Amino acid sequence: MWIVRSRDQGFVHPHAGDITPRTLYVNRRAWLRGAAAAGAMGIAGGGLTAWAQTGRPGRLAPLPGVSSGVPGGTTMEKITAYQDATSYNNYYEFGTDKGDPARHAHKLKTTPWTITVEGLVARPATLALEDLLRLAPMEERIYRLRCVEGWSMVIPWVGYSLAALLRKVEPLGSAKYVEFVTLADPQTMPYIGSHILSWPYTEGLRLDEALHPLTLLAFGMYGEILPNQNGAPVRLVVPWKYGFKSAKSIVTVRLTEKPPATAWNKAAAHEYGFYSNVNPDVPHPRWSQATERRIGEDGLFAKKRKTLLFNGYEAQVGQLYAGMDLRKNF
Amino acid sequence: MPGPGPYLLHPVAKPLVFSLTLLPFLWLLYGAAADLLGPNPAEHLIRSTGQWALRCLCLTLAVTPLRVLLGQPALARFRRMAGLFVFFYAVLHVLCYAWFDMGFEWLEIVRDIARRPFILVGFAAFVLLLPLAATSFNRAIRALGPVRWRALHRLVHAVAGLAILHFFWMRAGKRDFTEVAVYAAILGALLAWRLWHRWRATRAKVLS
Repeated sequence: MWIVRSRDQGFVHPHAGDITPRTLYVNRRAWLRGAAAAGAMGIAGGGLTAWAQTGRPGRLAPLPGVSSGVPGGTTMEKITAYQDATSYNNYYEFGTDKGDPARHAHKLKTTPWTITVEGLVARPATLALEDLLRLAPMEERIYRLRCVEGWSMVIPWVGYSLAALLRKVEPLGSAKYVEFVTLADPQTMPYIGSHILSWPYTEGLRLDEALHPLTLLAFGMYGEILPNQNGAPVRLVVPWKYGFKSAKSIVTVRLTEKPPATAWNKAAAHEYGFYSNVNPDVPHPRWSQATERRIGEDGLFAKKRKTLLFNGYEAQVGQLYAGMDLRKNF
Repeated sequence: MPGPGPYLLHPVAKPLVFSLTLLPFLWLLYGAAADLLGPNPAEHLIRSTGQWALRCLCLTLAVTPLRVLLGQPALARFRRMAGLFVFFYAVLHVLCYAWFDMGFEWLEIVRDIARRPFILVGFAAFVLLLPLAATSFNRAIRALGPVRWRALHRLVHAVAGLAILHFFWMRAGKRDFTEVAVYAAILGALLAWRLWHRWRATRAKVLS
């Protein structure tokens, strides 16, 4: 962290990246508490992950996590470059070009932040980000991310299983689905007025999907807090589904009996189903899903790689869909 | 003031326009070699070459209306070159798709064209460009005769329609049609001018 201490030092920075964003500086104590808590867990849990040892990107506040013991939670594949993962994004509230989120998301205000958990739960609650950060030990999960558009990345997320939050609020027996509502702030998000999607962007999971240990509530990536364009300060990561299911900048989690409406399904129901599990055998109406391009790794002239059923997480999540026709429930 | 006529006739004018229109290609070539095309260079190359083909198409179709409206007959010198640049960028576009997206797997490409309407429409536009490029040199024009040559080259309007539909379907995923609308408006206006110009000419003939 580079802190300007005097007026004549004001324009002396070793690197532009060393300048601490104002929102982060203002909120530094909360982050330090979260980081310290996570750090303590890390030592207790047998050491911090590779990111803590080999160096973080050094752009944002650190948020370490212990290497996850969740089966399937740590792929050994080559991790996508931080630069690529933070400059090639779909976050339509900030624009539809892949570069738009990195250009415009700095306006997003992530402090203060709360998540309201409501609906069919015994103990509804509104939790501040600081409390969410302390709710469970931070883990690092290295997941494949497969976008419905046909590209993929490998990203080291930091967070904990969404199940930890859901168990805290005690879902009622009647709860069958979980709806995720994300921020829709016309002041900071230039595309909120557009007709591209209906805002706020909402997503949904079946309750058993939401309780699966691989379903991650993420607060960071690459050993640091989430950059705004990647869904700061808290987002969902469901690694066996297409990326758009992993809602960014979540403000409300609602447990329901009926399947919630989801943003892309509302926009084009025949193209984007409620499940949207990664499946090479079910093509999108306008393109094949059989292959994917791994960003930054598969060179320009390399052949695209084969997409795996459930994005390679079939061993962990296949039983959730036992007996289901995946072509019909796409 | 002599107007821009002398400049258009200057011996350097054509090579200059040629070089300018080649610049996007050179930039893409350099960008690909120096890894400056962002996290997904394949996608960037496929999209840019398609966009430049569309831009060159707008320029080509604008030559005649501008020539008449501005009273600059010298503009006609640039029409063939602009048209061939449409073909040049369209070839690159198809090549980039076949190579980077499909790995030159011909069977897969044929299947892809059959399965995806947006690819089929784009491919149809490319196929229609082939006879136009093949009959662009003087001997072909003489062999066909001006009437048949002109009739054949009216296919360019079908190419424009298909290209816009191709672009529209491609953007349908993002539901963001601003750019498509701009190109459609330009090409639509140029076609409308031609229809109007023709209608006026026939009417003048009837009246005389």
